[in-house]
Amino acid sequence: MSGGPRQADIGARLTFDLGKAGRTACSLPPCDVPEADLPPPSLLRRKLNLPELSQVDLVRYFLALSRRNYSVDSGFYPLGSCTMKYNPKVNDKLACLPGFSGLHPLQPLETVQGALALMYNLQRWLVEITGLDAASLAPAAGAQGELTGILMIKAYLAERGEEGRTRVLVPDSAHGTNPATAAMAGFEVVTVASDSQGNTDAQAVASALDDGVAALMLTLPNTLGLFDPNIGRIAEMLHRKGALLYGDGANLNALLGRARFGDMGFDIVHLNMHKTFSTPHGGGGPGSGPVVAKGHLAPYLPTPVVAKEGEGFVLATPERSIGRVGAFYGHFGVLVRAYAYLRTLGAEGLRQVSDNAVINANYVLARLRQAYHLPYDRRCMHEVVFSGSRQRAKGVRTLDIAKRLIDYGFHPPTVYFPLIVDEALMIEPTETESKEALDAFCDALLAIDREAEEEPQVVKEAPHTAPIGRLDEATAARRPVLRWRRGGGSES
Amino acid sequence: MTSWATPYIANTEADHQAMLAAIGVASVEELFADIPAEFRIGELGLPPALSEPELVRELSALAARNRPVDGMPCFLGGGAYRHFIPSVVGEVIGRSEFATAYTPYQAEISQGTLQTIFEFQSMTCELTAMDVANAGMYDGASALAEACLMAAAISGRRRIALLSTLHPHYQAVVRTYAFGRGLAVDVMPPDGLALGEEHACLAVQQPNFFGYFLPDAEALARAVHAAGALFIVSADPISLGLFRPPGEYGADVVVGEGQSLGSPLSFGGPYLGLFACRQQYLRQMPGRIVGRTSDAQGRTGYVLTIQTREQHIRRERATSNICTSQQLVALAATVYLAAMGKQGLRQVAELCYHKAHYAAQRIAQLPGYALALSGLFFKEFVVRCPSASGGPSEVNRALLARGIVGGLDVSQYVENGLLLCVTEMNTREEIDRLAEALAGFGGGA
Repeated sequence: MSGGPRQADIGARLTFDLGKAGRTACSLPPCDVPEADLPPPSLLRRKLNLPELSQVDLVRYFLALSRRNYSVDSGFYPLGSCTMKYNPKVNDKLACLPGFSGLHPLQPLETVQGALALMYNLQRWLVEITGLDAASLAPAAGAQGELTGILMIKAYLAERGEEGRTRVLVPDSAHGTNPATAAMAGFEVVTVASDSQGNTDAQAVASALDDGVAALMLTLPNTLGLFDPNIGRIAEMLHRKGALLYGDGANLNALLGRARFGDMGFDIVHLNMHKTFSTPHGGGGPGSGPVVAKGHLAPYLPTPVVAKEGEGFVLATPERSIGRVGAFYGHFGVLVRAYAYLRTLGAEGLRQVSDNAVINANYVLARLRQAYHLPYDRRCMHEVVFSGSRQRAKGVRTLDIAKRLIDYGFHPPTVYFPLIVDEALMIEPTETESKEALDAFCDALLAIDREAEEEPQVVKEAPHTAPIGRLDEATAARRPVLRWRRGGGSES
Repeated sequence: MTSWATPYIANTEADHQAMLAAIGVASVEELFADIPAEFRIGELGLPPALSEPELVRELSALAARNRPVDGMPCFLGGGAYRHFIPSVVGEVIGRSEFATAYTPYQAEISQGTLQTIFEFQSMTCELTAMDVANAGMYDGASALAEACLMAAAISGRRRIALLSTLHPHYQAVVRTYAFGRGLAVDVMPPDGLALGEEHACLAVQQPNFFGYFLPDAEALARAVHAAGALFIVSADPISLGLFRPPGEYGADVVVGEGQSLGSPLSFGGPYLGLFACRQQYLRQMPGRIVGRTSDAQGRTGYVLTIQTREQHIRRERATSNICTSQQLVALAATVYLAAMGKQGLRQVAELCYHKAHYAAQRIAQLPGYALALSGLFFKEFVVRCPSASGGPSEVNRALLARGIVGGLDVSQYVENGLLLCVTEMNTREEIDRLAEALAGFGGGA
């Protein structure tokens, strides 16, 4: 028997419920200065309802919660499009060095030269990896990198008197962030269909392309895990019409050391440090989404960028910068980890990353294609998208397959995305997984396919081994309970 | 394929051969055949790979070229604050079950993350006295910008009003986001409020960039509401341990920088945006939201909910493009608030208040120095440096030479103004050292 909260009802009791008046988990120094007068009570807080826990109860509570999480360190986590690779421990340790974690963003620049040198080098390496000209590390996450990039395009076009370009083209296979970003930047979104091969339909791009188009947002390889061989032609088409090519770098893991965005005609891209460069995903952030641009867009980069001045480094504002996207300089703590990752791998190692990511995905493709429908029947890059349509015909949905995988000890792949694939199962193994891990995962999916035939109920009622069963999401949305209240009352 | 090995790749040469055979290709090159020949590259120009000991040496050397403020008396604030971080915070967020998971799409195996988000939302609501909160945003500045966009979407109005005492970096971020949506931004001095029918909101900072509270927040809230606009308050969460929460004086949206709640300075990030609002704006809120529900057996569980606001469902009609919620930083804040608890957070806030007032009083007594502003302040205040000192930047330089990190030079807003910050981390001895050093630069003027 373990101490601490019982597993069965842990969800029902929060820190607010577990405490007792008078307990505390911290100790603070006594006041060593004469106390000043406090303002009148009308300006002060009357009550503060925070938990009152002893330190050991607090630790046990959060430890118990941590055991209810699946993570990369627990096992295989092939969540497509999220690049859940192993996160090296040394990188975490280095980011916590007091010489990094103890730096105030506004302290004199001469006292932070090591940090600026790190950022400067990271900017240079991202430029080299992408084949573009200049980088800013300021964006906080991929989605903010997208917004930054599209705002730079907007500012660039405005400066050229081309405000008439009010539309952004987005393929139907794109991440939801792409259209949401374009809308946030004030553009009208035009969806472009994919062709029967899973590529961007060049014909559809051509017919949507006129003087009103600002840019095409393209993920390469796309969310089907496919590299679009027409990329050069598409870039040319856009540029001939005065439009720009925006790259969503979410899938850079497939291209490291193989091909570069700049060479292929992209004008600007954002990268995801937490995907490609292996910084921990944190349960949903913090990420980091640097943007890298060609020369004509470089003056519009957000402030600050790190520049070299003589022997030292400074924070600079590009000439026509779109301004700030965050209070300071981006997620420095994440950037330290990305720097450490790049230094560990070097050029040869990065190429090994993409080689193994692509081999692993194609191996999964090869092992599962007999049992699962492959909507685009060609070799993939770093991820493979199957459809659960055959299993659905037997009454088992992709959601059921995902839940059943939990019983086999795996994190399910991304499901029901991309939207253009019916009952999609999007599997991204990443390069850090071994053949044995892939075999075990494929064996599980093959077993589930047999179960769908022989005992579908087992699949449809999964998971059977998780700490909790399928949750009632409909009620959660209809009658939202979004915070703790004394006595457990609900909202509104 | 070379025999080169890295600890982060598992497959061996033999694995490759077996896998390529199963795939049905002779070499890995064939898998990259879709990349047109003209775009294939040779080796990248990057420095050679390092082993772990070499890496530790290089990064340690870079870190050693910095002078962290933890090693010195530090009086620098301005949006990033040095507060005590209990050891339990690092212990919990260091658990790789939390750190190496991702967005909790699969609720059955993500209850750890989901339940801590629910805790975070609950604590944010308690702190701010608001009805609902999201799971977290990038930082205080972008949370404020999102709040302004939300106000514009709710009201259908096209102008955003900011009080001029808002942190200049926050103003800049609001401008960047407003540029996207084509919204105008008007900056108004506290004594020259001019809200019109086009204004979606007024955004203020409490305490403001210079450390001071609004003289009459309720009256301001009434004026904003009379203009049909939303009242947005960017609050210092530590101050909320002692001072009245914005929900009690009329705020419609409360945002804030959550770094103070258990996260290190880390040269400006990753930090945490707090975001809370009134119930009626729930469906316009940006960001992730977690709700409580149950499974078929009646066991309590948590799920991502109200997702029809979000980009992965609504695409171009989403309330925001944000996907992540700074989860690990929000977890740090959750553990911090649980550890500090009811008494601890108030104690931290009181220590800041008393120490800052002690420091202000000592410095104001020095010949040539004065407090530049009047009113109620919390942990920051502006000192007017004597002209003989050469101004705030000279004062900071001289302080650094004595091993003290001074304040923020705000002379572009307040003549000879130096913004000083004092928290529970500053001892009386440090404050006395600061005062003695400052006395030496005054020239007795």
